[in-house]
Amino acid sequence: MNTNKNSYTVIYTIVLVAIVATILALVSMGLKQKQQTNIEVEKQLSILSSANLAKDAKSASDKNSYVQGEFAKYITEALVVNAKGEVVESYTEDIVKSNAFKISIADEYAKMRDIDAAKDEATKESILSQLRLPVFVCNTPEGAQYYILSAYGAGLWGPIWAYIAVKQNATSLAGAIFDHSSETPGLGGEIVTEKFRNQFVNKVILENGEVSEIRVVKDGADDPLHEVDAISGATITSTSVQKMLTQWTNYYKPYLMNISKGSKAPEQTIEVKDFEQDPQVIEL
Amino acid sequence: MDKKVFTTPILKQNPITVLVLGICSALAVTVKLEPAIVMAISVTLVTGLSSFLISLIRKTIPNRIRIIVQLVVVAMFVILIEQILKAYVYDVSKQLSVYVGLIITNCIIMGRIEAFGLTEKPLPSLVDGLANGLGYGLILIVVAFFRELIGSGTLFGAQIIPQSWYAANGGAYLNNGLFIMPPMALILIGCLIWIQRSIQKEDK
Repeated sequence: MNTNKNSYTVIYTIVLVAIVATILALVSMGLKQKQQTNIEVEKQLSILSSANLAKDAKSASDKNSYVQGEFAKYITEALVVNAKGEVVESYTEDIVKSNAFKISIADEYAKMRDIDAAKDEATKESILSQLRLPVFVCNTPEGAQYYILSAYGAGLWGPIWAYIAVKQNATSLAGAIFDHSSETPGLGGEIVTEKFRNQFVNKVILENGEVSEIRVVKDGADDPLHEVDAISGATITSTSVQKMLTQWTNYYKPYLMNISKGSKAPEQTIEVKDFEQDPQVIEL
Repeated sequence: MDKKVFTTPILKQNPITVLVLGICSALAVTVKLEPAIVMAISVTLVTGLSSFLISLIRKTIPNRIRIIVQLVVVAMFVILIEQILKAYVYDVSKQLSVYVGLIITNCIIMGRIEAFGLTEKPLPSLVDGLANGLGYGLILIVVAFFRELIGSGTLFGAQIIPQSWYAANGGAYLNNGLFIMPPMALILIGCLIWIQRSIQKEDK
């Protein structure tokens, strides 16, 4: 058979591409449900890990159902707040299916960039009023209540994002977790490690009603409340983390102020506990 | 089938140290041992399967568009692997991030299809592809071992160098930051090539 004829080549290409496309489409359709669940569980695990929960996820025999169970147990409420700090929507059941869980923080980040790029105040205001920020309320087994906030920003090669658990005093962090889509493994990718994220425990994000920046520093962090060590070899990713946290804290600030003012009355006992803890940290 | 089809690509004709193919990904994914191993397995599967499939249809491929046909077949396997990783080992697929997709551009795969799969029978092609993937993976794992151990003091993420040795804890040891950087991977591969060449010279 003459395989060099034009007609043969054209038909061959069409058939080949059709076959390959069909195979890929079928596989993609078949695996979609599983992949979607993986992505949801991943998000639930991130949210839990920011509050230092679900620590057995790695060793659990069925990771997905373990994480889903823990999430249902400890994440008691999901809120959607606007840039004024008002709660727009609130969910206490089926949180995974709620709008708060489904908010794409990437889209909200795009809005923030539009705000920064807006030329006049009116456009700025109108985009700002559309901003919707997710908050997850977490009740830990120890009886503490954390507010878990999201953050999203640009890393070196692609997006990076974070969940930070804010203590009930609304000023300092109980924990944080970071993730990325395409930072270099071993360099920028190290932001996911426990070593990096544990540094954020007890860091202050609000001080005297102002946003306090958590500085990611290169030459060794010495301020226990405001500084963390950067990752060696990953300067851009490290500064991106700092920028991202500051930017999102700024948008969450009105809501955090509302919490600290006690619009959601904090329980007395926990308040006391926090005060007891903080001085020790400063001594460290 | 000659045993050499399998053994030659792993040592004597190693795709990285002798043919110097697939260097780019060897620099990128060797900072840690775990992604290096998953990458090695993925590349082995893709080289083997795509060589096999191309060899199976080699007589029907129009010569003028053979590179495009090879690319389509390779891309199909890479996307299949990516999808399967995402569905069944989500954590690993996240670790490898973009590099799974970049297997498509790995020169070893196209190189083996051109040099072997297009002219040989399916079964030897499969073996040749798998062996080349393993040869590539072997170097990847050796490089990743040294880079992770010396650069981060860990293996598979577990601390190997005792914490008490570190300067921060009163010892005299520091992780070597250079090993995390891509240039060190190139230097290590250079050393491996050096070692292999001097051994093979003695053989002759």
